Amino acid sequence: MTHSPAAPAPLPPAAPAPTPLMKLTDLSVTFQTRDRTVHAVNGVNMELAEGEVLCILGESGSGKSVTLRALMRLLPKFARVTGGIEVAGQDVLAMSDRRMADFRGGEVAMIFQEPMTALDPVFTIGRQIAEVVQRHEGASRATATARALELLELVQIPSARRRLDAYPHELSGGLRQRAMIAVALACRPKLLLADEPTTALDATVQIQVLLLLRELQQRLGMGVIFVTHDLGVAGEIADRVAVMYAGRVVEEGPVGPFMAGPLHPYPRGLLNSTVHGGMRGTILTTIPGAPPSLSTVPTTCSFSPRCALAEPACDAGVPPMVEAGGDRRGRCIKLGQAA
Amino acid sequence: MDINPDRGGPAQPLLALRGLTKHFPLKGGLLGRTVATVRAVDDISFDVMKGETLGIVGESGCGKSTTARLLVQLLGLDAGSMVFDGEAVGEPRASGLSLREYRRQVQMVFQDSYASLNPRLPVEDSIAFAPKVHGLGEREANARARELLSAVGLAPAQFARRYPHELSGGQRQRVNIARALALQPRLVILDEPVSALDKSVEAQVLNLLVDLKARFKLTFVFISHDLNVVQFISDRVLVMYLGEVVEIGPVGSIYDRPAHPYTRALLDSRPSMDPSRRRTVPPLVGDPPNPVNPPSGCRFRTRCGFAEDVCAAKKPVAADLGGGHLAACHMASPGSGHTKAGAIMDVAA
Ligand SMILES: Nc1ncnc2c1ncn2[C@@H]1O[C@H](COP(=O)(O)OP(=O)(O)OP(=O)(O)O)[C@@H](O)[C@H]1O
Ligand SMILES: Nc1ncnc2c1ncn2[C@@H]1O[C@H](COP(=O)(O)OP(=O)(O)OP(=O)(O)O)[C@@H](O)[C@H]1O
Ligand code: SF4
Ligand code: SF4
Ligand SMILES: [Mg+2]
Ligand SMILES: [Mg+2]
Repeated sequence: MTHSPAAPAPLPPAAPAPTPLMKLTDLSVTFQTRDRTVHAVNGVNMELAEGEVLCILGESGSGKSVTLRALMRLLPKFARVTGGIEVAGQDVLAMSDRRMADFRGGEVAMIFQEPMTALDPVFTIGRQIAEVVQRHEGASRATATARALELLELVQIPSARRRLDAYPHELSGGLRQRAMIAVALACRPKLLLADEPTTALDATVQIQVLLLLRELQQRLGMGVIFVTHDLGVAGEIADRVAVMYAGRVVEEGPVGPFMAGPLHPYPRGLLNSTVHGGMRGTILTTIPGAPPSLSTVPTTCSFSPRCALAEPACDAGVPPMVEAGGDRRGRCIKLGQAA
Repeated sequence: MDINPDRGGPAQPLLALRGLTKHFPLKGGLLGRTVATVRAVDDISFDVMKGETLGIVGESGCGKSTTARLLVQLLGLDAGSMVFDGEAVGEPRASGLSLREYRRQVQMVFQDSYASLNPRLPVEDSIAFAPKVHGLGEREANARARELLSAVGLAPAQFARRYPHELSGGQRQRVNIARALALQPRLVILDEPVSALDKSVEAQVLNLLVDLKARFKLTFVFISHDLNVVQFISDRVLVMYLGEVVEIGPVGSIYDRPAHPYTRALLDSRPSMDPSRRRTVPPLVGDPPNPVNPPSGCRFRTRCGFAEDVCAAKKPVAADLGGGHLAACHMASPGSGHTKAGAIMDVAA
């Protein structure tokens, strides 16, 4: 990242920044149907370095999944996508459909909350993984099958050899999730997109899958964008977090300082209203109201109707991204000020 | 007139459950014969005390919702008994409480706020529906519905005539809560009432529940897979595993001194919001097994790091650890034959 902390002394000339693995520039996505318009993503800028884990946090409808799907061009045809999407220096929006087919599941792979959206119920797990390897790497059937076994072992599926012949419905929820991860990793992607992959899992299984993903990410040096609404999940896996609200990133920075004290009033409210140990007998802090309807592009601070710090200046325009030092930034004219 | 007189005094449980059992047949084959049995709830016993919130936790499929459906009698018992404030439920003789009267006093709130409301009725009418069925006049029923809407924080002038699809998830859940209170119940069973809500809305609804409970002198059974939420709201906590109760006790001692290895693993599985305290080893391996053919003896033994031969041979009985804290593990029972029997208090301390 090339952002400099707000320091009074003149800075030494910055070293040339390495090309980020992923870069979004002013990304916007609008869904327009006959009876309604949804401005789901409204100017998102985001970068991911190689081997880095970024968690996108935010409430329902804030645009997390749409951002992720835009990266893979998995949005419906009627979605209007503007801005720039670059992965490993390539312009994703300019790719031909053929190139896109190689790109998906090749350089970039995606995993979901519900594994059955990614697995085909009529083929065995082994066959599905081998298929991906053959298609993308032109490997022989035998090589591909050997690789499938390797992958099932990599994701720590017990009795992996026997499980090659299992159909998805024959596996438990946790094993299906692991099988989906194996399919996603089949072509050694540089970038893994994960949309709430552990949300539907039981507590004891969720932590297993989170630890597995973290281990694989480190071992394979992948960049990961991990969407979640669970602050605890981000605490376990993220290097950096980006918090979205009403289709914009409102705060971004390294996970440690963020968890210790967010700067923007919205994530602050989110952290305070998240129930954790030691809150018994207290009245929980809440954020009053609800997020705005996105039928028009917000032209002010979208959080102002719910913000305790709001003042007329907040509605003069969309607050700019303000640098706060330590690689942290946020969209608020009172960033870091106490309530 | 008080329609909910307290009969047995505060020490008598509001609801005493003994040996509750519900098995579901699994049909298969061409003839639709029963090929297996899901032992969803298998001989569980516990009390719900007056005025408390009893939290129920456990992983998917362990029988939490089945227990809830038994408690509100949406499902019939295969075996067991229920005694409500001293009266046997479903025995309409001199000694008992009729099912109809029991069902009025025990209401339920479900996770899915949308599915449990009639999409064609304004929310006011949904709330007033049950009181009308129970003989309250149109005008009184509507007045009660509006009072309840205010009680759950929805201004009647603004919300009474709205349809479910015109409300947010959190607002719909408030309507469901109001509806559950419309018959003036004493006990409310809440099955994952905040699981579908965003965190900021979840906090609003939890505050509301705490407030309503005091205001209407309610007793809650609160089911959730979110251990933090259960810790926040409960006075006592019951932990289920594969259709059985493995541990029960006051919230403080369950969270600070969990005795059963499963409870400990469950609590250790909570992700930490502090990135400097990340763990490296998962507390448990594997998924919860299927309740169709549960393991013999202790059902947790296939995932337990302390399992010994005795755990497969004998089902552990609930051992009393003092202060109303019970755990069903051989290590908690001196003389059970487990080499660590009696040591569980050390492990827990
Ligand atoms: N295919 C679509 N057509 C129309 N609107 C859509 C479509 N996909 C998403 N949206 C809208 O875009 C907005 C952002 O949705 P998105 O799925 O990104 O939310 P999210 O942050 O992932 O929320 P959640 O936590 O609930 O998954 C929402 O208002 C949603 O209704
Ligand atoms: N009507 C039914 N017919 C057959 N099996 C059932 C039925 N209802 C529940 N079961 C089974 O009984 C077991 C217990 O289910 P239950 O819904 O009580 O679990 P739960 O603890 O509420 O799980 P979750 O956390 O997923 O809600 C599961 O194995 C489930 O598949
Ligand atoms: S810009 Fe103003 S309204 Fe928006 S978050 Fe900051 S203080 Fe609140
Ligand atoms: S009874 Fe045995 S298997 Fe069961 S929890 Fe205790 S030690 Fe583990
Ligand atoms: Mg989403
Ligand atoms: Mg359930």
